[in-house]
Amino acid sequence: MRAIILSSALALSCFSVNAQAETETDFRGNVSLQGRAFLSEPLFPNQEDYNLSIAAQPEWNWQWNDRRDSFTLELFGRWDQNDDERTHADIRQAAWIHVGETIETRVGLRRVFWGVTEFQHLVDIINQSDLVEDLDAEDKLGQPMINFSTVQDWGIVDLYILPYFRERTFAGADGRPRLPLPVFVDDPLYESGDEEKHIDYALRWSNTIDVFDVGVAYFDGTARDPLLLPAFINGELGLRPYYPQIERFSVDAQATIESWLWKLETIYQHRDGESFVAMHGGFEYTIVGFMDSAADLGLLIEYGWDERDEQSTSLFQNDLLFGARLAMNDMASSELLMGISRDLDHDSHSLLIEGSRRFGQNVVISIDLRLFDSDEPDDLLYGLRRDDYLQLDVEYYF
Amino acid sequence: MKKLLPNWANVALAGALLALAIPAHASAEKGLEIAKEMKARDIGWGDSQAEMKMILTNKQGESSEREIRIQSLEVQGDGDKSLSIFDSPQDVKGTAFLSFSHAVGDDEQWLFLPALSRVKRISSSNKSGPFMGSEFAYEDLTSFEVPKYTYNYLRDENINGLDAYVIETIPVDKNSGYTRRVVWVDKVHYRVQKIEFYDRRNALLKTLTMGDYQQYLDKYWRPLTMQMVNHQTGKKTELKWSNYRFNTGLKDEDFNQNTLKRAR
Repeated sequence: MRAIILSSALALSCFSVNAQAETETDFRGNVSLQGRAFLSEPLFPNQEDYNLSIAAQPEWNWQWNDRRDSFTLELFGRWDQNDDERTHADIRQAAWIHVGETIETRVGLRRVFWGVTEFQHLVDIINQSDLVEDLDAEDKLGQPMINFSTVQDWGIVDLYILPYFRERTFAGADGRPRLPLPVFVDDPLYESGDEEKHIDYALRWSNTIDVFDVGVAYFDGTARDPLLLPAFINGELGLRPYYPQIERFSVDAQATIESWLWKLETIYQHRDGESFVAMHGGFEYTIVGFMDSAADLGLLIEYGWDERDEQSTSLFQNDLLFGARLAMNDMASSELLMGISRDLDHDSHSLLIEGSRRFGQNVVISIDLRLFDSDEPDDLLYGLRRDDYLQLDVEYYF
Repeated sequence: MKKLLPNWANVALAGALLALAIPAHASAEKGLEIAKEMKARDIGWGDSQAEMKMILTNKQGESSEREIRIQSLEVQGDGDKSLSIFDSPQDVKGTAFLSFSHAVGDDEQWLFLPALSRVKRISSSNKSGPFMGSEFAYEDLTSFEVPKYTYNYLRDENINGLDAYVIETIPVDKNSGYTRRVVWVDKVHYRVQKIEFYDRRNALLKTLTMGDYQQYLDKYWRPLTMQMVNHQTGKKTELKWSNYRFNTGLKDEDFNQNTLKRAR
């Protein structure tokens, strides 16, 4: 935590030194209310059938020096009715960006996304997942960094120095859905003696070449996805996160050809005594003016594979995924989204259906249905077999 | 949110016509001449920035607004580059769109999604779809380039008190949502006054009316209001432009994925 505060303070001091009269300021964000209703009796006695939660995410931005300098502060906080672990706060962004002649420098807590696919973000490694937020792992914790970026004729090069590691969040014992055993999030194990203060590095080149958007990256540092090791702490059986040191090469590519998007992400990862390859790819096809209406129907098929099989920390080690997205293109931006995953090793499924629309200029309401179906105890999904739920989100944007 | 707009600056220039099988050669030649002159009168504007408000109204009279800021860069000999930033509705605030349009072939387009800090390359072949739920299709808002259409001169006609050519433009792109457009261009300044859009069944779909033309840099005309009425659904969309600025110092290096990510 100290390193986070330090890097924020560093970014803040850069900000205050350079602040000039002609600073443009901007404020935005959202507050949201979320209700979940579970459709089956819980597996564990301390879990509830209903859950209520509220969250806020304000963001401030200042720009000065003819927009060559900016500072962004984005905060996040959630209160959860039942899960103490899900009641949490984070600094999503607290970063100063300076645009120089050839190099753009970004210092502080930031969010960085790499990749092209939709169901899984295999190559995306800079930020830790705020997994307690949602199973889709798309919410990320702010990552302290110094990032230099340069745009050249032959592509964009980014160098990242990551001085502090953020631990993954997990649902607590009262949380639902959660893993079958409690996760000892306060007692993580690290391969590195520097623990969370290990300095990680990453380098990425990306470019657009005709219809192709390509990224090649190298990462050296603490793995973002921990191994979960069974352990007894204070007489209680649980899972202890272990964060090894890894080296990873990754390639991601998308070909955009008329209505088709072809996507591939692949990684080669190495750590002491283990190397493996994993990949995730597929396509997205859009039917414009579906059934002679103004709506678009997007169809996705993706496949995820991990050489480690059962030892994989990924949910998609040999999985076929199908998605459909109907965008009505109306005034309210009404959308219907469906996703199905099928695990080819375990014969298990999960299903997501999500409908959303805007009300007025500021409110978005969405309803999600999540179903899990698994019969094999060694399947990651098995622990969620009783956690089918319906979720209502009311979000107010300002 | 998927299809946004590239080069608003040139929207006013939309030539069109259709070879109605009659005196094909002569009318096609004259139509092409008019289109070339329209383009010629809009070469050399360099770069511009402007703000746009979109007012969407449905059949029941309910309305909704969208606000967008647009930076545009002229690219000689090809389509223009643009960066658009969405300010409202609030849930899409901060979303930004980068487009490299091309006279021939598909445009290149990237969307920045602030919630994930993700840049996504998107398909540009869905040009016939509505832009942000409005009555403007994506293709109605891209920069005018002569090779995008074939042309036919139809007749002379008076419109808004101005002598005008009426030409027909037939899209070359098979993904276009139109069989043809009929365009009224005034004879003095070659400014588009009105466009009628005919759908794939060749039925009248929409009418676009330009208004409040202003001249910039003593040469370039831009309409500050554009009204699109959909005759088949009864819906309409009004665009109101403001704060047009030219020679703002934008350069090629202001249009890439790094500038897209920090666009505000």
